Amino acid sequence: MNNIKIETINYNLYYGKFHALRDINIKIPEKKVTALIGPSGCGKSSFLRTFNRMNDLIPGASMTGDVLIDDQDLFKIDPVSLRQNVGMVFQKPNPFPKTIFDNIAYGPRVNGLKDHKKLEEIVENSLRSAALWDEVKDDLNKSGLALSGGQQQRLCIARALAVQPSVILMDEPAASLDPIATLKIEDLIHELSQNYTIVIVTHNMQQAGRVSDYTAFFYTDETRTGRLVEFDETKTIFTNPSDQRTEDYITGRFG
Amino acid sequence: MSTRMIVDKAVKYILFISAILSIIIVLAIAFFIFQESVQAWKEIGVGEMLFKRVWRPGQDQYGILAMIYGSVAVTFGAIILGVPLALGTAIFLGEIAPTGVRAVLRPAVQLLAGIPSVVYGLFGMVVLVPMVRQINVPGNSGYGLLAASIVLAVMILPTITSIAEDAIRAVPDSYRSGSLALGATRWQTITKVVLPAGRSGIIAGIILGVGRALGETMAMIMVIGNSVIFPSPLTKNPLTFFLSQARTLTGNIAVEISYATGVHESALFATGVVLFVLIIVVNASARWLISRQSDVQTTRQG
Repeated sequence: MNNIKIETINYNLYYGKFHALRDINIKIPEKKVTALIGPSGCGKSSFLRTFNRMNDLIPGASMTGDVLIDDQDLFKIDPVSLRQNVGMVFQKPNPFPKTIFDNIAYGPRVNGLKDHKKLEEIVENSLRSAALWDEVKDDLNKSGLALSGGQQQRLCIARALAVQPSVILMDEPAASLDPIATLKIEDLIHELSQNYTIVIVTHNMQQAGRVSDYTAFFYTDETRTGRLVEFDETKTIFTNPSDQRTEDYITGRFG
Repeated sequence: MSTRMIVDKAVKYILFISAILSIIIVLAIAFFIFQESVQAWKEIGVGEMLFKRVWRPGQDQYGILAMIYGSVAVTFGAIILGVPLALGTAIFLGEIAPTGVRAVLRPAVQLLAGIPSVVYGLFGMVVLVPMVRQINVPGNSGYGLLAASIVLAVMILPTITSIAEDAIRAVPDSYRSGSLALGATRWQTITKVVLPAGRSGIIAGIILGVGRALGETMAMIMVIGNSVIFPSPLTKNPLTFFLSQARTLTGNIAVEISYATGVHESALFATGVVLFVLIIVVNASARWLISRQSDVQTTRQG
C-alpha cells in the first residue's frame, strides 16, 4: 500500500442516541481514489463528512475513537484550517449566486488573499484543473448559476481546488448529472488523483469500479448502525470479495 | 338542485362578494381622497403646493414641501437607527440563535408590532423627550426629529426584522455548507454568502419599514413638535438638525382637519394624496424586489 493519508481507529459516530457508525478502522492511501459504497443509510456520507468535520455542525453529533490525517489528530485541528486542507464537493452542485470568478476566488479571499493578479492566476489554474477553463474563459463575469448542471459541478470542484487542499471529498458528485456530464466528472476525478487524495461516496457500482483505486463497503444490519465490512483494492472488491455481503451487494442481490 | 349545492354556490358567491367589496373599498377611498383634493390642486396649483415651503392657511399659503421634508427626514432618521438594529436581530434569529432562544425572541419582537402607536407616542413624550431636552443647545425643546426618529425606529423594527429573517432563512443551506467547506468562518459565511444571497428580500423589508414609517401618525404628532417649519440645524453644528422640530404629512392632516374648511380642507386631502402616492411607490418597489428574490431561488438549479 501507498502512504497513508487518513486513518481511523475504532471510530464511532453518534447523532444524539443514534449510533450511526461503529468501530470503523480504515487506512486511506494518499493520492488515490477511494470509493465508499453501500446501501442507503449505511453511514457512508456521514463517514465522509467526518474528514472535514462537517458533522460538527449537526447538533447532537458526537464521536469517539481516533481519526488521523497526515498522522495528526484531526479533532485537534481547527475546523476552519482543516477545511482548507480537506475540500468537499456536494451531491447537488451548489455554486454561490455570484460570478464564476467570484465563486472560485471565494476560498482564497476568505483566507485573506486580496491581490487581484494572484486571484486571476488561481481562478485560471483552478478552472483548468477542473477542465472548465475552455468553456467559461470568456464568461468569468457571468453568474455561476447560469451554467449547466455538469458545468456547475465542475465549477464547484474548481472552487474546492482554489484553496489548494490535499484531500477532496466527494459526496455522490454525479448523482444529479446526466450520463455525459457524469463521464466528464469521472475523467476529472481520475485526472485529479495524480495530485490529490480523493474520497468519493457513490451509489453507482459501475462508477466505483471505473474511478476508484480502493473501495470500502459499508453495510448496516437491523440496528441501522453502519459498519465497514470490507476495504481493499477496487479490483479485488469487485472480482474476489472476501465477504459474502459484499459480493451480494456488488452483484446487485440487494441494496 | 339539492340543498348541498345551493349552500355550496351561496358560499362561493359570498366569498366572491367579500373579495370584490374590499377592492371597491380601497378604490372608493382613493377616489374620494383624489376628488376632495381637486379643488386645492386647481386653486393653489400643483407646483405651488409641492414646492413652496410656507404653509399658512390663514394667508392662503399652502406649500407642503416642509411637511414632505419632515416626513422624509424622520423616516431617514428611523432607518439610520432602526435598520442596523433590525438586521442584527434578523441575523441573530435566522443564523445564530438556538431554537429555544428563537422561540422566545421572535414572538417578543413581533409583540412590538402589536403595541398601539399612541403608547409609543406616550413613551416618547414622557421618557425620550425629556432626555433629548438635556442636550444643551439653544432652541432645543426635546420635541423634534431625534425623539421622533428613535420612536419610529422601534416601531419599524418588527417589520424589517421579520421580513429580513424570512429572506435569510430562504437562503438554501447548500450555500452555507459550501462556504464552510471552503474554510470560511461562520461570520464570513453570513456576510459574504448569506446576506448577499438574501439581499433583495432584506432590502424589501427595509422598504416596507420605510412605508410604515411614512404612514405613522399618532406617535409622530406626540413627539415631533408639529411646528410648520422647514427643519434646519439649530446652531452652526449640522447635527443639531435632528433637534429641530418638524411636521409630517400625516401629522399635518391629523392636526388641522378638525377645523379646516374650503380650500384649506381640500389642501389637507391633497396632502393625503401625496402621502398615498409615496406609499404606493414604496410598497410597489418592495413587492418587486421580493418577487425578484424568488426568481433567484427558482433558477438556482441548472
